[in-house]
Amino acid sequence: MSVEAREARQPWVLLSPALTAVLLLLFVPLAFIVVYSFWLRTATGADQAGFYLDNWNEALTDPFYRDILLNTLKIAGITTVVCALMGYPAAYFIARSKGNKVILLLLLMLPFWISYIIRTMSWINILGVSGAFNTALLSLGIISEPVQMLYNETTVILGLVHFLLPFMVLNVYVSLEGIDETLEDAACSLGATRWKSFLEITLPLSLPGLAAGGLLCFVLGAGTYITPLVLGGPTDAMFANLVFEAIITQLDWPLGSALSLMLLAVLGALVLIYNHYLGMAQLMKGLG
Amino acid sequence: MDNTKRYERLRERYMNGDLDRRKFLGLIGAAGLAYGLHTPFARYAHAAVEEVRFDGWGGVVSEAFREYAFEPYTKETGINVVDGTFGGADEYLARVKASQPGEYNIAHLSGVFDYARYHNLGLSSTLNEDNIPNLQYVIPKLVDVFRGVTDGKLSCVPYDYGTTGLAYNRKHISDEEMKEKGARILIDEKLKGKIGGWSDWRTRIWYASLQTDQDPNNATDMDAVWEAIRTHRDLALKYWGSGAELMSLLAEEEIYVTEGWSGRIYALQEQGHDIGYMDPPNGFGWQECLFVIKGSPMEACEELLNFMLAPETSIAVAEGQNYPPALDPTKVDLGAKIPTLPAFDPTGKLAGLTFANPDYWNSHEQEWSKTFGRIQKGY
Repeated sequence: MSVEAREARQPWVLLSPALTAVLLLLFVPLAFIVVYSFWLRTATGADQAGFYLDNWNEALTDPFYRDILLNTLKIAGITTVVCALMGYPAAYFIARSKGNKVILLLLLMLPFWISYIIRTMSWINILGVSGAFNTALLSLGIISEPVQMLYNETTVILGLVHFLLPFMVLNVYVSLEGIDETLEDAACSLGATRWKSFLEITLPLSLPGLAAGGLLCFVLGAGTYITPLVLGGPTDAMFANLVFEAIITQLDWPLGSALSLMLLAVLGALVLIYNHYLGMAQLMKGLG
Repeated sequence: MDNTKRYERLRERYMNGDLDRRKFLGLIGAAGLAYGLHTPFARYAHAAVEEVRFDGWGGVVSEAFREYAFEPYTKETGINVVDGTFGGADEYLARVKASQPGEYNIAHLSGVFDYARYHNLGLSSTLNEDNIPNLQYVIPKLVDVFRGVTDGKLSCVPYDYGTTGLAYNRKHISDEEMKEKGARILIDEKLKGKIGGWSDWRTRIWYASLQTDQDPNNATDMDAVWEAIRTHRDLALKYWGSGAELMSLLAEEEIYVTEGWSGRIYALQEQGHDIGYMDPPNGFGWQECLFVIKGSPMEACEELLNFMLAPETSIAVAEGQNYPPALDPTKVDLGAKIPTLPAFDPTGKLAGLTFANPDYWNSHEQEWSKTFGRIQKGY
């Protein structure tokens, strides 16, 4: 074998374990889900193999699924905006701080050491009727009776922000770190105020990081089902809860497969749009 | 009878002189040969018998099983019990459906309708009742209803029973008010934001049937039932999804009233919470069973079932989990605590409890679970 041929083959040899894992753990199960989505659930709960469009017809035409999907996108959108508004100043502060950057980044990573479910449930002890917040307000005499703060859409968004904020901060931080600080100084030396130099130079240059963080927050937020289950009220379900119910409660794997593919298609389209305009490189930097 | 006992008996016969040495060695050799030739998978079957997987409801129920049943069983038989938990029968069924035969062995299922669902999905096994002599102590009514589903045979043994009644905070709701309002307390405007409910479609329909004065096993006006479920949804703070969440919501006073599982409410009362419990007329009675899933090592499972049904084990588990055992109180002395548990019937006839009719519930399962899923989300 020639040296050129060996060199051409080498990357594929090195990539083969990862590609095999992706094929077996992602594409093969995905193919199963696609096949399942065309099957039918019988009255006893058993699946009937075949090629039926009933599940897709139901998923695409029933306003129930459309409304929940829109509500899910709305909640994910609000969460992303809140994460951006809270995350950008934090990332800016970390990127521009001198000396204690490692400690700040470590603090940012700390929540990842605790289970997401535990972190979500911790809000019950903070905002519950006998939680820390109500107890403090009662003992300060600000309220005479506990205020019901939990189990609504706001607490679902709060739980999602708590979960997703570090992803936003990390992405923006990586982006800000790559900006030459002397550019701001140069702008100031030419007469721009600090605020003006931020708006004209830093913010535009950090937008790819903000967009990458936004994409991650949106996709992860739209696909969650634990947060609405723990912190939501009776009507605060998101689309992933429908998938869960179809597959687990109703044992309707074919419909659940169609619904999960529908969510995947919507979120996949968003990723493709992002990739078209900004490319995946920034996202990889943030994740790295 | 398991293989160990068979070999022990063979050895005993040889030692007693009932078998000569040549015959004894011949039988042992033949057994070994048959075992070796039996199937290339015999090795795996043997490996599986070294442990049995049991899945239950978690919390105080699992704690009781671990302490009073599994640990002594393992000590006595050497068979390890892998102790798993699930949040609900639906979730567990999905896991079993996705598993390989033999991966899941024994499940603590609730309700005869679940037994029928598992059977209809081809997941039932056939128990050799001769290997479970302690089955004789079980209340006959509880056994017969399972036999009716599986053509006179059994894929489970009944283990305990209880009710899903009304649990209420006595600081805010009096016993008299509960008696007066019954199941309708769950749709009382006055308690808006302080009402809870299990996110289980059967329980919601059962209680909505009571709220609309219908037979929970034969509701004729489903529109009224769905409307009552909508009313409850709009007044409820939250649907709970597990026993732990139910106990937390009541103990933290997030909610004042909900339906609840009798054993869990008893546990709250034992912890000192002033929580009342009431079974309204036609309240939801259920029985739980230990179901052996198809593909399990039957002899090992039957041994475990027999061990668990032994009165001393069964009573200890019942006292731990606060649900009366399936043992017939006219045949077995159940001690001092069990007669004080909610739903306990000293006659062993269980005439005062209304159980779900599996035919009725399972024939509507597909349609009703879906409709409830929509109503639950505001439709």
